[in-house]
Amino acid sequence: MRNVYLDYSATTPVKEEVLQEMIPYFTEKFGNPSSLYDKGLESKEAVDNARAQIGALINADAKEIFFTAGGTEADNWAVFGTVDKLKEKGNHIITTKVEHHAMLHSCQFLEKQGYEVTYLGIGPDGRINLEELEAAITDKTILISVMMVNNEIGTVQPIKEIGKIAKAHKILFHTDAVQALGNIPIDVKDLGVDMMSMSSHKIYGPKGEGALYIRKGLRISNYLHGGAQENSRRAGTENMTGIVGFGKAAELARVHFDEHVKHCSELRDYLVDRILTEIPDTMVNGTMEARHPGNANITFKYIEGESILLMLNYVGISVSTGSACSSKSLEPSHVLSALGVPVEMIHGTVRFTVGDFTTKEDIDYVVENLKNIVEKLRMLSPVNAQKGW
Amino acid sequence: MALYNDTVMEHFMNPQNVGELENPDGTGTYGSPVCGDMMQIQIKVEDEKIVDAKFKTFGCGSAIASSSMATSMIIGKTIEEALELTNKEIIKELGGLPAVKVHCSVLADKAIKNAIYDYAMKNGKVYAALEGYDPNEDEDEHDHDVPEEE
Repeated sequence: MRNVYLDYSATTPVKEEVLQEMIPYFTEKFGNPSSLYDKGLESKEAVDNARAQIGALINADAKEIFFTAGGTEADNWAVFGTVDKLKEKGNHIITTKVEHHAMLHSCQFLEKQGYEVTYLGIGPDGRINLEELEAAITDKTILISVMMVNNEIGTVQPIKEIGKIAKAHKILFHTDAVQALGNIPIDVKDLGVDMMSMSSHKIYGPKGEGALYIRKGLRISNYLHGGAQENSRRAGTENMTGIVGFGKAAELARVHFDEHVKHCSELRDYLVDRILTEIPDTMVNGTMEARHPGNANITFKYIEGESILLMLNYVGISVSTGSACSSKSLEPSHVLSALGVPVEMIHGTVRFTVGDFTTKEDIDYVVENLKNIVEKLRMLSPVNAQKGW
Repeated sequence: MALYNDTVMEHFMNPQNVGELENPDGTGTYGSPVCGDMMQIQIKVEDEKIVDAKFKTFGCGSAIASSSMATSMIIGKTIEEALELTNKEIIKELGGLPAVKVHCSVLADKAIKNAIYDYAMKNGKVYAALEGYDPNEDEDEHDHDVPEEE
């Protein structure tokens, strides 16, 4: 059976070139970068090299990159480090309703501690309203955090404009760029962000590695306490293989950026076009303009997403769904809710994300199977276009 | 490692008794697409016995599989016996479901009850198990308020 992986926003396989860079750091190059002998210095050099590789991808200085154990830790550090540092100044955070749970649940935790959080909604294009953002700012606002690219619908926020507003009000601005990294151009200096979260495993690097960009001159409180690693900002012996792999993945993402975007967006557009024209009662969620190049978020009306996912899985195709039934919390996607998609349609929503290893034959295989699956499930469904919901 | 066991997958991939009856003696629905699961069941009754049943379900894998299993279980049963069928028995027959699925996706016992209620109303029948039963009353019980951890 053919295997087609269309869930690159969930995670990506480690590229062969990345793996080859990592392997020596499991065995012969095992030195602790904090050690002062050659074996340690060799590792320290590798960490600094990776730091520079990541910096180059986002136009940051190497010293502005701080390694973490993934995007979630980067988000947590940015939020908790900022509120702790600025606790004398205020207690108000502005974020959005469509953030990743790493941000949303951190904010909800802070609300229980007495912090005020404003969750901005999004328009039909998936973007926040800048006037609404500006209106939400108070003299107690200490942090604005808005994700760059949404993980479910792939829509891109006006980060540069948000950065300007934050700067004008002298408020720190953090962005979660986990889905954006390697997929849209990022220049932290041009965008005016103070902090930015990144993750390795979304760009063909290993899992368990991420980084927080912290603008030069900005000091937030530490989140992990211990040794003097990461310039005494983030404790813990470096995950050498993770860091080296992340660095190499970032370098590949920078060098092959244009072809990656072209490859993904062409296949994604082909997938969307075929589904919308060949399968009735389907719609795309979120604007197609300036969208994550690999993301297609599609509602199949009158049927339920987990059923679609299971039947696709049966023929070797991997996707994800916004349906409540597929989530452990049984809550329908908060992103699609914020976008205004009716709940009964959220249940029938599937996210496809194409990546570097996707082929046109893969897409054809997916569409042909989808046609059968959707027809089969609609035969099973008590609701349909004639009867309505 | 799979989300569902083989019996559930078999009933999901090859569901039994799918569709609608031409002249059903009773039709019942339960749930709604907004909740994420909705089941319609129709029954054919002869001499107080369910001789045929068909279903249509909007929902996840376990909703479809349990609909298939439930209709298979009531065909051949008397009305009184069918009224006694519980979701627990359906799940047991399926060889179990993930804990998180149990409360929200198994709609069959209510849908069957509603179909029999419809049959009873149309034919002036009285069943002890339906005494005081209101098909619309229990909608709130179909909630999603279950703990996250299994």
